[in-house]
Amino acid sequence: MIGGLFIYNHKGEVLISRVYRDDIGRNAVDAFRVNVIHARQQVRSPVTNIARTSFFHVKRSNIWLAVVTKQNVNAAMVFEFLYKMCDVMASYFGKISEENIKNNFVLIYELLDEILDFGYPQNSETGSLKTFITQQGIKGQHQTKEEQSQITSQVTGQIGWRREGIKYRRNELFLDVLESVNLLMSPQGQVLSAHVSGRVVMKSYLSGMPECKFGMNDKIIIDKAGKGGVTNEAGKSTSGKQSIAIDDCTFNQCVRLSKFDSERSISFIPPDGEYELMRYRTTKDIILPFRVIPLVREVGRTKLEVKVVIKSNFKPSLLAQKIEVRIPTPLNTSGVQVICMKGKAKYKASENAIVWKIKRMAGMKESQISAEIELLPTNDKKKWARPPISMNFEVPFAPSGLKVRYLKVFESKLNYSDHDVIKWVRYIGRSGIYETRC
Amino acid sequence: MRSVMFRFHVCAGEIFELKAELNSDKKEKKKEAVKKVIASMTVGKDVSALFPDVVNCMQTDNLELKKLVYLYLMNYAKSQPDMAIMAVNTFVKDCEDPNPLIRALAVRTMGCIRVDKITEYLCEPLRKCLKDEDPYVRKTAAVCVAKLHDINAQLVEDQGFLDTLKDLISDSNPMVVANAVAALSEIAESHPNSNLLDLNPQSINKLLTALNECTEWGQIFILDCLANYTPRDDRESQSICERVTPRLSHANSAVVLSAVKVLMKFMEMLPKDLDYYGTLLKKLAPPLVTLLSAEPELQYVALRNINLIVQKRPEILKHEMKVFFVKYNDPIYVKLEKLDIMIRLASQANIAQVLAELKEYATEVDVDFVRKAVRAIGRCAIKVEQSAERCVSTLLDLIQTKVNYVVQEAIVVIKDIFRKYPNKYESVIATLCENLDSLDEPEARAAMIWIVGEYAERIDNADELLESFLEGFHDESTQVQLQLLTAIVKLFLKKPTETQELVQQVLSLATQDSDNPDLRDRGYIYWRLLSTDPVAAKEVVLAEKPLISEETDLIEPTLLEELICHIGTLASVYHKPPSAFVEGSRGVMHKRLPAQGTECPDVGNAAGGSAPEAAPSIIPSQGDLLGDLLNLDLAPPTTPAVLLPLVWLPAMKAKGLEISGTFARRAGVIQMELVLTNKAMSVMTDFAIQFNRNSFGLAPAGPLQVLTPLGPNQTIEVSLPLSTVGPVMKMDPLNNLQVAVKNNIDVFYFSCQYPISMLFVEDGKMERQVFLATWKDIPNDNESQFQIQDCHLNSASNKLQGSNIFTIAKRTVEGQDMLYMSIKLSNGIWVLAELKVQAGNPNYTISLKCRAPEVSQCVFQCYEAVLKN
Repeated sequence: MIGGLFIYNHKGEVLISRVYRDDIGRNAVDAFRVNVIHARQQVRSPVTNIARTSFFHVKRSNIWLAVVTKQNVNAAMVFEFLYKMCDVMASYFGKISEENIKNNFVLIYELLDEILDFGYPQNSETGSLKTFITQQGIKGQHQTKEEQSQITSQVTGQIGWRREGIKYRRNELFLDVLESVNLLMSPQGQVLSAHVSGRVVMKSYLSGMPECKFGMNDKIIIDKAGKGGVTNEAGKSTSGKQSIAIDDCTFNQCVRLSKFDSERSISFIPPDGEYELMRYRTTKDIILPFRVIPLVREVGRTKLEVKVVIKSNFKPSLLAQKIEVRIPTPLNTSGVQVICMKGKAKYKASENAIVWKIKRMAGMKESQISAEIELLPTNDKKKWARPPISMNFEVPFAPSGLKVRYLKVFESKLNYSDHDVIKWVRYIGRSGIYETRC
Repeated sequence: MRSVMFRFHVCAGEIFELKAELNSDKKEKKKEAVKKVIASMTVGKDVSALFPDVVNCMQTDNLELKKLVYLYLMNYAKSQPDMAIMAVNTFVKDCEDPNPLIRALAVRTMGCIRVDKITEYLCEPLRKCLKDEDPYVRKTAAVCVAKLHDINAQLVEDQGFLDTLKDLISDSNPMVVANAVAALSEIAESHPNSNLLDLNPQSINKLLTALNECTEWGQIFILDCLANYTPRDDRESQSICERVTPRLSHANSAVVLSAVKVLMKFMEMLPKDLDYYGTLLKKLAPPLVTLLSAEPELQYVALRNINLIVQKRPEILKHEMKVFFVKYNDPIYVKLEKLDIMIRLASQANIAQVLAELKEYATEVDVDFVRKAVRAIGRCAIKVEQSAERCVSTLLDLIQTKVNYVVQEAIVVIKDIFRKYPNKYESVIATLCENLDSLDEPEARAAMIWIVGEYAERIDNADELLESFLEGFHDESTQVQLQLLTAIVKLFLKKPTETQELVQQVLSLATQDSDNPDLRDRGYIYWRLLSTDPVAAKEVVLAEKPLISEETDLIEPTLLEELICHIGTLASVYHKPPSAFVEGSRGVMHKRLPAQGTECPDVGNAAGGSAPEAAPSIIPSQGDLLGDLLNLDLAPPTTPAVLLPLVWLPAMKAKGLEISGTFARRAGVIQMELVLTNKAMSVMTDFAIQFNRNSFGLAPAGPLQVLTPLGPNQTIEVSLPLSTVGPVMKMDPLNNLQVAVKNNIDVFYFSCQYPISMLFVEDGKMERQVFLATWKDIPNDNESQFQIQDCHLNSASNKLQGSNIFTIAKRTVEGQDMLYMSIKLSNGIWVLAELKVQAGNPNYTISLKCRAPEVSQCVFQCYEAVLKN
C-alpha cells in the first residue's frame, strides 16, 4: 500500500511529509527530489523506480505531490487518490499553491490522517469530511452524542455522500450538460478521429433523502421502449434520429450501478450541492460545430502563404462564442502580415502562432483569414513539423445530440412531489482538442 | 490562526524558546508552539529534544491539538521508546472515550507507534475496538490489526486477532468489510500458504454484496481480493463475472481496472462457445477506451495495462485503433505507449490509417518518439505483408528528409524488411547508399553494411563502399566490426576476383590486430573456411537465413499470464513480476491464471502424482536388484537413485524456451536427458547444442536430435549421448558444465552440474594387490575424511556397485566393518575409498585417497547421494 506522501514546492523543498509505512525512510524524500524534481531531462514517466522504491507523482501548477511505496500497490488507485487529495484540498482552501499549503499545513496533516490509514484510502468525500474536520478545528468537543454517531455513520455508511435532515425552503436543481468535442481532421477534410466526452454536472438543493431518476435520449432505452409496445406518436418520433448511441459511461458513486447494468436506468440519492453525476463518451453522428479548411503554400525558402477558412455548421439561430483559431508558424518566422474579415488576429512570436479571435459567430456562416509569413533563411536540415491548427469555441448545444428527457425526484417522507421541484437544464458544448492538420 | 506563516528554520535558541512556549499555561500559545514543532519536523529538522514537553500537551480535550501531538509521537516514538511509554495512559483512556472519533483516533495512532512496550498495551484496547458498537471505530481497528501484524506477527496470532478480523468480513457495515478485506489480504501476503482469507462461495457472496455498497476505495480492496480467488467451475465463474461487470461503469478508473482484472482472470475459465463469453468480450472494450479520457498519469497506467490486455486478448480492442492515435499535446510517456499499442493492433483492415498516422508522427519534435514511429513503420511492413510496399515507400520519403536520426532509424528497419521479404525491394538500395556518410550510430552502420554485403552482387561499387568503412576499422564498435567482416567475406564469395585484397585486409585486421575474442574467432573461422574449402564456405556464409518472426517484443507468455493477474498494480506498469521490485516475502508469490474447464483443483494433483511413476526409467535399476538377489540379502528392495529433472533454463531467460534436464549413465554411456518446452508463441526450429570446455572433457557425441519443429506449448524429450573426449578445462565447482543451446531465435546459455558418478566407469574394479600398493603409494596428504550421517543400510556395497563403485575387500575390526572400494573416472583417475561402518551407529566414516584430491569432495557427495537414497 501507499508508504508515504510528500508535497514539494517547485524548488524541491518539502512542504508536507507523511510516512505511513516503516519501510519508507527519510532518504526517500531526498531521492525523489534529486532524481525527479532536480532531474535535467523532461519527466519521461509519472512512475519512477529509484533503488527498489517506487514514486508516483502529479503536478498541480508548480507543486509536486508524490506518493512513495516499496510494495506492488494498485497504481491506478494511487493516482486516483492523488487527484482526490487535490480535490479535497482545493475544496478546503482553494488553489493548490505553496502559500496555501504552508498556511494550511495542520489541516492537511489532519486530512492525511483521516483519508489514509496505514496507506489505505478511507472515506474521501469532502461532504462528510467537512462535518468533522473543519477550518476552525474545534468542532469535535461540542457535539452531542447524536451528532457524533451521525458523523461516524455517515463516514462509514452506505450513503456516505449525503447527510440526513437537509432542509430547503425551495427545492431546486440545476443540470448542466457539458460536452467537449474532440476532432482530428486531415488537411483534405477527412475526419481521422472524433469523439465527444461529456459530463452531466448537477447542483441539487433538495430536502430530505430524495430518490432521483435521470433519463436521456439513450438509444438503447428508446429502442427498448419502442419494442415494448409503447408506440405513441411522440415515442416514434424520438426513436428516429433523436436518440444517440453512447459508447460508454461512468457514474458518480451515488448511482446504483447494478440497476444501470440490468435496466439501464440511472437512479440515485444525490449528494447535496454540486457534483458530477456522470461522464459519457460518444463517437457516432457527432455534430462538428466548425470546419477548418487550411491552405499552406511555401513560396520559395523564405515565405509561406497561409489561408484558413472556418465554417460554422449549426442552426443559424444559435451563436457560438469565444472562438479562437491558432495557426502555428515556423520557428524561424521573421514577420507576419495578417488579413482577416472578422474578429482580430495577431502574430504572437512567443507562442509561434497566429492567434485569431472572434467573439461571436452564428451558425451556417463562414469566415476567412490569410497571412503571409516571412522566414529567415536557416541551414537547419530538419523540416518544420507543421503542428496542427487548433480551435477553441463554445456553443449552446450538445454536439453529441444528447437530450435530457426527465429528472424525476421522489421523496416519500417529506411532503413535496416531483412537480414542486424547480429544474433547470443547460447545454454547453466546448472544444476539447479540436485540430486540423495542415 | 492559520494565516501565520511559519519559517522553516529551527536553531538552538528557537528550541529553547519552543520549550518555554510548550510549557506555557495558555492553551493557544501551546497549540501554536506544537504547530511550529510539526512545521520543523516536516522539513526534516530534528526536534526530538522536545519530546517530553510535547507529550505533556497530550492530555487535552482539544481535538486539533491532540492530533498534532499524535503526529509528533508517530514520528519520534521510535527514537525515544522509554519516554513514549508516558503516552500509553492517555491512549488507553482515549480508547474508552464516549466520542467514537476519539476512540478511533487513539487506536489508529497507537498502531502507528512501533515501540514494543506500547504494543503490549495496545492489545486490550484493540480487542475492544474490534467489537465497538460504532462502525467508524471498527473499520479503524480492522486496519490496526494489519499494523500490529507488521510490528509483531506472532502477537497478532497469539491474541486471536486474525479470527476477529475474519468475523468482520460478515460485518453489517460495508466499510468495515472493505477494511477487513484489505487487512487480511495484506497479512495473507506474508503467509503465502496459510488459508487466511479462506475464500469460498459463501464468503465470496458476502464480498460481492458489500461491493455494491462501499466506497470507491473499498470496492478496489474487494475486487483486488476477489482476483485471488479461483472459482470451482465455469458456472460460478460466470455468476461472479455477472456481478462484477456493473463496476465497469464506475467513475473511478482504479475500480474499473480492478474489475477488468477480475473479468480477464475469470474469463479464462469460461468455455469460448458460450454466448456470455462473447458478451463479456464486448463489454470490456468501452470502459478501456474511456480510461483514455482520464488525466494523463492515469492514461499512462491504463495504456500500460491495455498493452498487456491486447497481447492476451487482441480481439477485445481490435476495432478501436483510432482512440490510440496520438494527440499533439499528449505527454511524451502517453505518446510512446499509444504508439506501442497501435503497432500491436495494426492489421490489414486498418493499416492505411495507421501508416498515415505514423508518417505524421515521424515529423514531430521529440527524438525518441520520432525514432519509435519510424521503427513502427518497419514493424507494420513486417506484420502486414500487403502494406510492405507502402511502408517501404514511406520510409524512403522519410530518408529524403535527411534528418539524421530519422535516416538512421529507417535504415535499421529496412534491413529487417529485407530479411522478411528477400529479393523484393532491392531497388531502394541505391537511395540507401546515398546516405552512407551521414550514419554515425553503430546500429545503423551495421545495418547498412549488412545490406551491402547481402546484396553485393547488385551493387556495382560494393567493394568501394565497404572499403571506405575499413579505414577506421579499429574505431568502430564490435557490432559494426563483426558485420563488416561478414559482409566482406560475402562480397568475396560473390565476386572473388576483384576483392581478394580486401578480404585479406579485413581478415588480418580481425585476427591479428584485434583484441576482441569474438571478432578474432569469427575471423579465423572464415579464414580457415576460405582457405580449405571455398564451396563449404559459400554454403555456410551465404546460407539461407531463417525468416524473422512477425511479432517482436511480445511479453513471454508465462510472464504475461502473471501480469494479467496484476492488472492495475505497479507490476503491470513496469511489466515486471512483483518479485523483481518488491523486497522481502511480500508479493513474491507467483500468480497464475486459472486453466479453462478445471472442475476442481484435484486435476493439478493428479498431474503431479504421475511424475514419480515415470521417473524410475531414468536410471536402470536392474543392476541393483540383481546384486541383491545374488547376495541373498533380504534387505527390502531399495529404490534407485532418481534425479528429478531440474529446470536449467527458465523460459523467461530464453525468449520462451524452457530447458530442464538430468544426467544418467546407461550401459556405459553418459546420457544428458533434456526436456525442451516451447512457451513462446512462435515455432522453434534449428536446435543445436554446444558445451564449454569442462573438467572432464564432456562433449556431445552427436547432434541434438530435434527433428520436427517445436510448436508453441509443445514439449519434447531428447537424450543426448555424451563423450568424454572433448577439450578439458578445470571448472569451479569441478562438475560444472556450461552449455549453449541455439535455436532459430537466439543462442541461450546456462550452466548445470552433473553428478560425478556419471563418470564412474564399469571397469573400475581394482585387483586387491594393486589396491594395496596404490593406497600406500598415494601420499597421506591426499587423503580426506568425511562423515555420512544418518545412514541405515544393510548392504551398502550392493547399492554402491549399481553406481560403479566396487567393493574389493571387507574386514571386520573390533566390531567395525571396513570396506575397501575403488572407483575409476572416465579420464583414468582412480579413487580409492575406505568405508568404516560400526554396527548400530548410523554415522559412517569414509576416507578417500586419490592422486587428484580435488575430486574427493565430489565423490563424497556421490557416496552420500547413493547411500541415502
